[in-house]
Amino acid sequence: MSRVHDMGGRFGDGPVRAEDDSVFAQEWHKTALALNLAVGALGQWNIDKSRHARECLVPKDYARFSYYEKWMAGLADLMVAEGVVTADELAGGAIEPSELAERCLKADKVAAALASGGPADRVSEIDQVFAIGDLVQARKPARNQMVEGGHTRLPSYAAGAVGRVVLYHGTHVFPDANAHGLGERPEPLYAVAFSAAALWGTAESAGDEVIMDLWQSYLVPV
Amino acid sequence: MDSNCLSVLALPMPHDHPHTVLPADPVLRVKALETLLVKKGLVDPAALQAIIDTYEHKIGPQNGARVVAKMWSDPAFRAAMVDDPMPLLSELGYYGRQGEHMVVVENTPDVHNIVVCTLCSCYPWPLLGIPPGWYKSDAYRSRVVREPRKVLAEFGVTLPESTSVRVWDSTAEVRYLVVPERPEGTDGFSENALAALVTRDSMVGVGLAKEPNT
Repeated sequence: MSRVHDMGGRFGDGPVRAEDDSVFAQEWHKTALALNLAVGALGQWNIDKSRHARECLVPKDYARFSYYEKWMAGLADLMVAEGVVTADELAGGAIEPSELAERCLKADKVAAALASGGPADRVSEIDQVFAIGDLVQARKPARNQMVEGGHTRLPSYAAGAVGRVVLYHGTHVFPDANAHGLGERPEPLYAVAFSAAALWGTAESAGDEVIMDLWQSYLVPV
Repeated sequence: MDSNCLSVLALPMPHDHPHTVLPADPVLRVKALETLLVKKGLVDPAALQAIIDTYEHKIGPQNGARVVAKMWSDPAFRAAMVDDPMPLLSELGYYGRQGEHMVVVENTPDVHNIVVCTLCSCYPWPLLGIPPGWYKSDAYRSRVVREPRKVLAEFGVTLPESTSVRVWDSTAEVRYLVVPERPEGTDGFSENALAALVTRDSMVGVGLAKEPNT
């Protein structure tokens, strides 16, 4: 059921290397980041789709690729899937002109594009069901209910656990739909606190908690 | 709708992932993509440089440090930030990509907050810039939700048993900024002097603010 990127709680990864603290460890990392943002600015997909593209890497590749290699592979796959470039062009074939060229992000527009962001809150017809303090259970299994094997932001380690609502964020775009071209389908979004013991069976310390942002349809009343 | 990864991407077979035709060496792979996109007129090399310059020199943890120092110094600002930070962050020029929905969480003697994104690498870019290597690592993503105190120890931080740990897993477009505890012995410090004590790691929650004169 689980997907390769959904690694919260996994054993075996070893110590965190705090000394690995540079933002761009290699020169090409900078270009990789910038290319992703510049191509994203062509407006041919949304953030959920680009996350899904990275999650679609073959698990072996996901595990062995460095961070920006995953970004580049996801970008290449998405560009072909969405018709931004052709597989032939990617393979070194003749380059055809593109109507998208008129949307090319120019240097003088970069600051404005980065500063304007892409807010995810939307008006929704779905009413808020839970209040702060309510107990809720995360759906089990943690899966996309519309698309078999599709994108979801419900981590598998939360599946079936009972927590309590600590914040209400308003209504936000629903990634499970938006990643698959099924519309934004905004719905209420909550921060839900789970005791570490409820998630892991044992906690490092009794009061410790993990908090996740979960959409209303990820939750069932307790 | 029945649709696995590959058909979602409109690709017929696993071995047909388009990226596999690119050079294996990441340096050459990035160069190949850049060359193709520039030739096709979809990417402006000067825009790439402007993006890089923004995240190398203009947007980084100094922004978050300034916000934290102001929260430490100005009770009205602090209260407003806790209530709804977005109008204030916009006013300060700290609204933007990957920081559209900020929530600030304050450390106290009773509660210590830590931020992670187990599913990818969500991080409050307008306040902290691009995340460091360890934040994006499998080890941090997998372990900090299950054994935060062991991970903190790897960063040289030990909390009292009496302090609860709250790990915020950024699963939506909400981004969290940790406000570390103000160090002792900083009464009367200017906002600039306070900001110098606020490290990136302390705003992710894997560090504490620096003590003065250290």
